[in-house]
Amino acid sequence: MTQVLDLEEISFERGAHLLVQRALQGLNPGDELGVTGLAPDLVVHLDAWCRHAGHRIRRAERADPQDARAWVIRGRADLDRWSGAERSGGPKADEILRNPPLHWGLAARGSLVEPGGSELGFDLADRDCVWADIAPSLYASAASAQWDPATAVAWDAEAGLPDEIERAVVQVMTYLIENEMAALVIPSRLLARIHPHFREVLQLLAVQAADEARHVEIFTRRAQLKGCEMGTSAVGGRESLATLVNEPDFSLASFLLSVLGEGSFLNLLTFIDRNAPDPVTRQVARLARQDEARHVAFGVAHLQHQATVDTTLRTRLRAAVERRHDVLLDTAGLNQDVFDSLVTLAAGEWTPQAIGRGYDQVQKLRAEMDEGRQHRLIRLGFPADEAAEISALHTRNFM
Amino acid sequence: MTLLVGAVAYDPKVVTIWSGFRSWLRARGLPTDFILYSNYERQVEDLIDGRIHAAWNSPLAWIRAARLAAARGQELTPLVMRDTDRDLKSVVVVRSDSRYKDLSDLKGETIAVGAVDSPQATLIPCSHLRAQGLRPGEDISVIRFDVGVGLHGDHIGGERDAARALIAGKVAAASMIDANHLLFGREGTLPAGSTRVLSQTGAYDHCNMTIAHGAPADQVHRFGDLLLSMSYTDPEVRPLFDLEGLTVWHKGRTSGYSLLDAAVTQSRFYDASGSITAENYDP
Repeated sequence: MTQVLDLEEISFERGAHLLVQRALQGLNPGDELGVTGLAPDLVVHLDAWCRHAGHRIRRAERADPQDARAWVIRGRADLDRWSGAERSGGPKADEILRNPPLHWGLAARGSLVEPGGSELGFDLADRDCVWADIAPSLYASAASAQWDPATAVAWDAEAGLPDEIERAVVQVMTYLIENEMAALVIPSRLLARIHPHFREVLQLLAVQAADEARHVEIFTRRAQLKGCEMGTSAVGGRESLATLVNEPDFSLASFLLSVLGEGSFLNLLTFIDRNAPDPVTRQVARLARQDEARHVAFGVAHLQHQATVDTTLRTRLRAAVERRHDVLLDTAGLNQDVFDSLVTLAAGEWTPQAIGRGYDQVQKLRAEMDEGRQHRLIRLGFPADEAAEISALHTRNFM
Repeated sequence: MTLLVGAVAYDPKVVTIWSGFRSWLRARGLPTDFILYSNYERQVEDLIDGRIHAAWNSPLAWIRAARLAAARGQELTPLVMRDTDRDLKSVVVVRSDSRYKDLSDLKGETIAVGAVDSPQATLIPCSHLRAQGLRPGEDISVIRFDVGVGLHGDHIGGERDAARALIAGKVAAASMIDANHLLFGREGTLPAGSTRVLSQTGAYDHCNMTIAHGAPADQVHRFGDLLLSMSYTDPEVRPLFDLEGLTVWHKGRTSGYSLLDAAVTQSRFYDASGSITAENYDP
């Protein structure tokens, strides 16, 4: 006995095709499905729908024994469409593939992907070029640690600073904004090149970029708190950042930005926190530091993973630092105004003794930065003496 | 020799479709290229004059090509057609709440139709009215929606405007192909249930790949075999089929054009030798 589907009052203008499709799923090509219903234009629309869905239709006789109004002869276009489809890995992080095909494009990982279609230009499509096992948990922690710039900082806290100290704060903020802008642009550019199959890495970089967006906001807001003009931006600093922005290799960019640059910034933000002349400056430095620590952790974890599969990695990392050093050899590095402002902040007052103390503090900061970089380089497998050499070649601009 | 195929650029997707077919055919050893036309009349004239070997023709273009060829003592063949080109029907639609029970109730009323050269929304429905005793322009007024004239109704705009005129209450009825009545209902141009089919035309065939008299036989043969071998399971072919609206090519047939042929004669759209005789037709 062949099946007859009763659509009752539902018309093809209101979703009847869903019921017909569902009934056809259980049939083989060539099988017939009777269709009946009360919609006045049912047969006209069934005919039109079947034609485009690759089925055929046979009108029922006037007195159809099974009271069908028409018979659908099942076609095979819907089966053919999915005949070569494949699962794009699995949704869990341990179900990623090493080399996902480019034609999978933006498909959700684990979805059933229809073959064909154009290839999207994700040139970072090798697991070992972008992945770190820690990415999913870092993303989860980053997503839960998001703070609201409007409420996370007590913007109305008392901050009546002497003009020169305020100007030093504004200069440091101006410098931080410029550097954070680089840290925003670089992961944004990289994430747009990564195969979406490595979803957690894209998510992490997206949050990283969002972190930097908030840092830019709070540093700008602190700079403008007292209505001071913004500070200076020197060519040397911009040249240094340009070498970061222009680094096309994911691992090298991650190394230069996150491990060395943002790593050094952890010390800088601690320094600003410690020497902040007002609570708002202290809070913005502290908030940014929390996020930067996560960025450094991903950079280190990614490179540790890559070092296990690429024996040439450390040589390439060293070469990248040397290359950047050579390019920047004739530039000034850190803006003198920034250096002086850091000394001023650490000094806190304009006596020779205080300035001397402040200068010593900034020298100590540089030593701490160097020590931190060496420590992270050793974690990446560099021998201690080589770590010291590489760290010494890092840009004088800190980032 | 490169096989030259004509197609009418009624939509930007035509470039995608024919670029795709061209690559697919060339990859299988058949040198093929395509030439795009802005309207079917020039394509048909070039086909008859031998400037192209094949033309992806509308049904009206097929009628004209066949008449022009016959006037020269030649016979054309339709090589292939889409599965979706066979046994189409058009409908005359009225508002659901109207008093019309059958076509004769439309006597003295006004019907909205598509473009002057639309087989499915104008020529065949008007012929259908005539066959049912309603002479267009005499027993029933006709308002035409001339969108995309020269595209032989490939442009959906005329039918959509006719549907809008119906729902706005400007006309008593509108004609369109059955699939577009369904489409307009689903997209909301005609709110679901707001209209009903008053009458349906007989079945007719739509486009075909017309082969020019004197086209190189071996290449045409190979062209037909390759088209018929295209499979919906092929990831390269499927997106092109989806754009062109087919799931498989069938061999061409001439048996499905009699309704349109009669309609063309009745409306004096072309004369018996294929010259354009329609009034106010300027593609």
